[in-house]
Amino acid sequence: MPAASLRNAWVKFGQFTAIQDISLDIEAGAFYSILGPSGCGKSTLLRLVSDLIPAASGEVSVFGKTTEAARLAREFAFVFQDATLLPWRSALKNVELPLEMGRSRSIELPVSDKTPMELLELVGLKGREDALPHELSGGMRQRVAIARALVCKPRLLLMDEPFGALDEMTRDHLNLQLLKVWQETGVTILFVTHSIPEAVFLGQKVLMLKSHPGRLHEIVDIDLPYPRAIAQRETPEFTRYSAYLRQQLEAC
Amino acid sequence: MTTLDNSLANYEHDDAAELAAARQAHIVSIATPIATAVALVALWEIGVRVFGVPSYIAPTPSAVATTLVTEFPQLMRNFWPTFYESVLGFIVGNLAAVLIAVAFVHSRMVERAFFPIAVFINTIPILAIAPVLVLIFGAGLTAKVVIAALICFFPTLVNMVRGLQSVSPQTLELAQILSASKSEVFWKIRLPSSLPFLFSALKIAATTCVIGAIVGEWVGADLGLGALILDATFNFRAALLYATVFLSSGLSVLLFAAVSITERLVVRW
Repeated sequence: MPAASLRNAWVKFGQFTAIQDISLDIEAGAFYSILGPSGCGKSTLLRLVSDLIPAASGEVSVFGKTTEAARLAREFAFVFQDATLLPWRSALKNVELPLEMGRSRSIELPVSDKTPMELLELVGLKGREDALPHELSGGMRQRVAIARALVCKPRLLLMDEPFGALDEMTRDHLNLQLLKVWQETGVTILFVTHSIPEAVFLGQKVLMLKSHPGRLHEIVDIDLPYPRAIAQRETPEFTRYSAYLRQQLEAC
Repeated sequence: MTTLDNSLANYEHDDAAELAAARQAHIVSIATPIATAVALVALWEIGVRVFGVPSYIAPTPSAVATTLVTEFPQLMRNFWPTFYESVLGFIVGNLAAVLIAVAFVHSRMVERAFFPIAVFINTIPILAIAPVLVLIFGAGLTAKVVIAALICFFPTLVNMVRGLQSVSPQTLELAQILSASKSEVFWKIRLPSSLPFLFSALKIAATTCVIGAIVGEWVGADLGLGALILDATFNFRAALLYATVFLSSGLSVLLFAAVSITERLVVRW
């Protein structure tokens, strides 16, 4: 069963068409990077899958359920560009937030086999569980957000430029950490980014979108072995993929 | 090696110098306002004596200090009523403001209906409305509490509405993805988000509620700092008047400090 499936999906904001006729299956367990010029509907695509905005027409399903049913069952989690931590809660309390919310729906929530503490350890924040968000760096805050996203054991992780606001070094570090998390948890990841090297470095596949209106351009398979290392970015294969994607982006 | 030793010694020296400089800056920052205040009081004392200002117009600071001590029982007898009126007014006014702010944020309709009225009430000078309230509620405690509450009300209402709306769109999206109910969003996100805004308003209210209580006492009261101010003025007891004024300001400072300390304990982020 695909992790997410779109059939002739359209999204409109009034007269404006944000997504035009996208049909696509997201393979379970895979890592997809989503790349495209601004205004191509990358974020809209994630918001469509995560039931934040409705489809104007067409069908969207997540693990065979409607997006609403998938949301209620916590099939997916979302990581925003901003960490969106609650500033009065400690790192650990922020990770535990999803366990405290949505309880009124009386649905048994899936819970990760890792405790919130172990999830913080997984993202490399052992010992900082009592720190308040303002005491953490931007990269650490984003890692707390990732741990929070994993706490209900989602099968699909939607990430909207999560490392866009971080410096180069931190971003490299978090890219490696994210790949580690992906391999340890087996979660499917949809990762929106502006950066071509980041898209190639992380993804098994790169979804390229075109703008005005947003539609699917091409899905590029990235045949680079895992586990990936930063040094791989200097290899000719890597450069070839980057060059190809850049060319395609300019054509979009 | 010598160079290294030298540079190390320099570092240590720098550290010590830096600490000393920081300590000195700290002392200066405290000493400056104190010294200025002492100098102004001294100037006042000298001015009154040199120019021979009659004591019923402007007493010397030493006379005010003496009065503060000799009249202490009378001052205290008038302090407590004002204290109770201020604190009760503070509680009633802010509680009403917070509850109405919650209603405003909950329903646009309620906000549209009542916000202009709130603005209108705020535009009425407190001195103008005080006699009306004394007519309605009588010369007792209630009228003063209502006046103090009224003066606290508006700043808290405006700040609390802003505070409850200060949640970022992304945080609300997060809540939506977590299928959070309206009450979960309110208790776990909106209310804590509003606390820094609420405390800004409470700090304003801590000083204005005392003004409200005193204004209320001016209109009609036998006891209270406001009543004592009028009494002292009409009997030309300038030293007592000044002492009462200082005590009133002391009350405001007390309430302000209480709010500030609470804020520091509650808003740790």
